[in-house]
Amino acid sequence: MKELTVISGKGGTGKTTIAAALVSLAENAVIADCDVDAADMHLILQPEIIETIDVSGLKVASIDETLCIKCGICKDACRFDAITNDIRIDIYGCEGCGVCAYACPEGAISMIERKAGDAYNSETRFGPMAHARLGIAEEASGLLVAVVRDNARKLAEKYDRDLIIIDGPPGTGCSVIASIAGVDMVLVVTEPSVSGIHDLERILDVADHFNIPAMVCINKYDINEKNSLIIEEYCKDRGIEVMGKLPYDDAPTKAMMQEMTVIEYSDGEFSNKVKDLWENVREKLT
Amino acid sequence: MKIAIASGKGGTGKTTVAVNFALSIENVQLFDCDVEEPNCHLFLGFNLEKVEDINILTPVVDKTKCDFCGNCSEFCQFNAIAVLPDDVLVFPALCHGCGGCVMVCPKDAIVYENRSIGIIEKSKGGNIEFYRGVLNIGEAMASPVIKALKKHVDESKTAIFDAPPGTACPVISSVQGADYCILVTESTPFGFHDLLLALDVLRKLEIPFGIIINRCDIGDDRVEKYCDTERIPVLMKIPHDRKIARLYSEGIPFVNRIPEWKVKFVQLLNKIQAQI
Repeated sequence: MKELTVISGKGGTGKTTIAAALVSLAENAVIADCDVDAADMHLILQPEIIETIDVSGLKVASIDETLCIKCGICKDACRFDAITNDIRIDIYGCEGCGVCAYACPEGAISMIERKAGDAYNSETRFGPMAHARLGIAEEASGLLVAVVRDNARKLAEKYDRDLIIIDGPPGTGCSVIASIAGVDMVLVVTEPSVSGIHDLERILDVADHFNIPAMVCINKYDINEKNSLIIEEYCKDRGIEVMGKLPYDDAPTKAMMQEMTVIEYSDGEFSNKVKDLWENVREKLT
Repeated sequence: MKIAIASGKGGTGKTTVAVNFALSIENVQLFDCDVEEPNCHLFLGFNLEKVEDINILTPVVDKTKCDFCGNCSEFCQFNAIAVLPDDVLVFPALCHGCGGCVMVCPKDAIVYENRSIGIIEKSKGGNIEFYRGVLNIGEAMASPVIKALKKHVDESKTAIFDAPPGTACPVISSVQGADYCILVTESTPFGFHDLLLALDVLRKLEIPFGIIINRCDIGDDRVEKYCDTERIPVLMKIPHDRKIARLYSEGIPFVNRIPEWKVKFVQLLNKIQAQI
């Protein structure tokens, strides 16, 4: 079984549009939406949820006011400034380490369960899908990503699928690392802007850091052809292949408005270029 | 006043709004809180100088003192320390630096060393005092860098926080403590869906907010209709203009080329002040 993660560094370069299009072209894939704190893939694929799984995150400290003597030992012990001057827990600052509960001489602090979000196993018109929804203002996104990936692997085994296509989050931190750890390959979707180039360099460094082979796709390449050339040269220098160059087109937005993948929506130039991209990516994966 | 700029969905124009806003008003600090992929500096062209390293404390085990009792690994909530029959393994990338392992070790066998996870840089050019955080490649935790970055806020100035995309911990660390949050969105299914997620977070954190609709002539009118029903102020609309897109791709703030927008960003500040 192979795993491919679509990432970008910079947000809004077209990860989800392209991942959804690849999913509609792949014949035997499981879909995993690992952008758990701003998941959008379901808006296109309209999954029918088969199973909902409660996912617990890290615990959160809770002070029993009847036992607390306001000595402040917990506040001094907390490395995250998550205890206020009047000895209350800032639940958004609390990382659930348990140090305050251990340090409290009165036994006034307990660590209570905290829900990270819901994970879903679903059916779509293109096959099984694992996805999730992070609870409002919850922080355990990396953990939820790990659960989605685990669920996707189980779905792949159950339905005898040989590929998992993962729609990753933007950035380079926790949830990105959780989305790419141990995958066979990442496809980086970039755009020819100074921000796109800057963020491409950093995300390729991240892929290198974790020894994951990377491929690049330039979206909206004709918005700034000079910058597209810079990206191509840069990739060449790094020994990374540019697997596709997609033109600026309103088809992806129009497809999104109709809850379709761009492949379903039109057989115009953009869709044809995505098909070429998929052929190149598939070849690399086998 | 502290104003955060967030969005939910990535690529809606947070950095564009943050930079052009900062260039249009007086007495301003701009903080690039997207420490995973910071971009503001690309539009400012300032020389950056390093202010500080952001360190977290990571345990180091003295194996001559350790009796492998396992208390530390049992206490650690982050699976950052594992005790084998005759060895101890520390996984620095998983360590949050809480200090729990040191506290529970009965043999005083654990000490700390500083591990750098990122840096803070600053620069000053024109009217803007600019700070940014950069998370090191391969590091997972953006929040400690964001929190350290925001310690440089000067309360006598207008501080603008350019937040990362999403709704998870780096976003919460960025918007927390702000007096107001501008949400930049586009009126597409993705933009609207992620706007609703971001609104949930701001309501829970009790931060007042308003909306900027970017590329307002693509998609449909779902965002405006929603704002109308919910009585959420639409502070500004930026059209889908190829000239603005081109300037963006080249790293040029559009207020520098289309000065009438400076007036609109000054009005934006007035609208926010009036609202709060």
